[in-house]
Amino acid sequence: MAYKPPKQSFAGQIFDVITLLVLTVGALYLPLYLGLAGAAKTPAPIANPTWEALGQNATEQQQWAALGITDPAAANDIITARFDYSFSWIALVVMAILVIGYFVLVVRLSDREYRDVIAERFGAKKK
Amino acid sequence: MVDTKTTSGQPERLQLLRVLGPAHIWALGVGIVLVGEYMGWNFAVGKGGMIAGLIACWVAGLLYTCVAMIDSEVTSTVAAAGGQYAQAKHIVGPLMAFNVGLFLVMAYTMLEAANAITIGFLLDTVAGMQGHTGLHQQPFIVLCVMFLAWLNYRGVLATLTFNLVITAVAFMAIIALFLSVQFGVSSVPLDFSAVTTDPMPYGWIGILASLHFGLWYYLGIEGTCQAAEEVRSPARSLPYGTMAGIMTLLIAATMTWYVCSGLIPWEYLGQAGTPLFDAARVTGNRGLMVLLFIGTMFSTLASANGCINDASRAWFSMGRDRYLPIWFGAVHPVYRTPYRSIIFLVPIALIFALGAPLDQVVTFSILSGLLGYTFMTFNMVMFRRKWPLDTIKRGYVHPMHPLPTIVLLILCATAYVAVFLGYGTQLIAMVSFYIIASLWFHFRRYRFVRRGDQFTMPWPRPEGY
Repeated sequence: MAYKPPKQSFAGQIFDVITLLVLTVGALYLPLYLGLAGAAKTPAPIANPTWEALGQNATEQQQWAALGITDPAAANDIITARFDYSFSWIALVVMAILVIGYFVLVVRLSDREYRDVIAERFGAKKK
Repeated sequence: MVDTKTTSGQPERLQLLRVLGPAHIWALGVGIVLVGEYMGWNFAVGKGGMIAGLIACWVAGLLYTCVAMIDSEVTSTVAAAGGQYAQAKHIVGPLMAFNVGLFLVMAYTMLEAANAITIGFLLDTVAGMQGHTGLHQQPFIVLCVMFLAWLNYRGVLATLTFNLVITAVAFMAIIALFLSVQFGVSSVPLDFSAVTTDPMPYGWIGILASLHFGLWYYLGIEGTCQAAEEVRSPARSLPYGTMAGIMTLLIAATMTWYVCSGLIPWEYLGQAGTPLFDAARVTGNRGLMVLLFIGTMFSTLASANGCINDASRAWFSMGRDRYLPIWFGAVHPVYRTPYRSIIFLVPIALIFALGAPLDQVVTFSILSGLLGYTFMTFNMVMFRRKWPLDTIKRGYVHPMHPLPTIVLLILCATAYVAVFLGYGTQLIAMVSFYIIASLWFHFRRYRFVRRGDQFTMPWPRPEGY
């Protein structure tokens, strides 16, 4: 017999939409808003910067000028900023477990649901 | 045509119109993605240096070639609105489909937000060049999103025809810049000295890390299959449009890297908001500046336009299947568009466009795309296993299976590590979001879903079930 889902009330539909909105903004936007997420790139400006000291040749100096930056001090932060790629192996393993665990969870739960779908669409499996 | 009755007396559901050809599919794919040459890809140079940017461009190109091959086979067989969402529903199961639907919506909505940010930034830059500093970007961002949402509301054919024209102009602008620089129009010469003096500022780890933003060169090409239900001949148009799109993008991406890396110091390039427009500024040629300004505007508009189209189709499909409130599954009685989904996603795009930095928004989009590509690997294996080649008619069969799947899986794993380097918090936030959403779906939402309706293709019972 085909599964008959309950009819969702209008209030229930609104509740589900708000849940998804809160989830989206809460999980993705709040970390950004609170400054908890972001690229680990920090400048290491040098004292008394010159184009030569910043490693810029004559052509590159022309390019900076064409981009509106003629003072090497203004380019100091841009040129010296670097990502910090030092990382903890434990954090990397945790990340791997999280991603793999997520897919395993979704595929396993999906498979349970999929068996319902196939059984209803094609009938019970013949032994 | 509205509320017509079937012979059984049931009201017939309004359908999306089948009006699109291969050129529209090419325009949808390239239109969404070409903006990746105009902004965002250059953060790969920032993460690893000039050489890393090129390697990322080609490695990501390989990843997307695998995506296009796999997608062409599955989509030409599962030709239904929602693209990968419909594939997941038929091949893996409802929860996976819900997740894939969310991947698509988040990837495209974040990309739309990134496009709107770029338009605001570009206008601010140009206003500054004209002596009008301190332009308020927010009204332009809002205007851009609202205008494109309205265009999508009015109809798919007009929307994608508009995309076809502006995408072609944006693509020609890249070629014009490349040729002009080659023929000596630039007042500043190309300079690749950083390739030898500072080839790998972060070493090999920088090469790895740069793959993160290398994906941006092509992200969204898989969006071609979102329009599967609105294509006149899916078996011909989808593979043709998708493969032509990836070839177009490989050429454009390589030319973009060449021109920008030669004209802009890599440290500046690695954090630039509009690199191709900046390259045109360096040439000192006013005509090129105007052309690349137009190219940047058109590519961002085309991309945002395609993103609204694709995200709303995915959201609409989930509403129609009751994975989301069924209210979203409505088709406009006159324009035949998923108008409620289009309107609903506008504020979400605006929240991120108005309040988040470009690289963070780009990263959210990339991460959702990456999760979708990972899904494609096991989806392809399950597709061939559940329905071997001789059991159903496929519109296209991709060669060398399972090699593209294996390559794609390896590259996806590498890309996760690349994102982890520098943007680990976003990765954890995003995966946590999907885990919570999955539990919400499985334990609350799934009871509203009609089981048998989730399998609509005229295929035999899958093997093993």
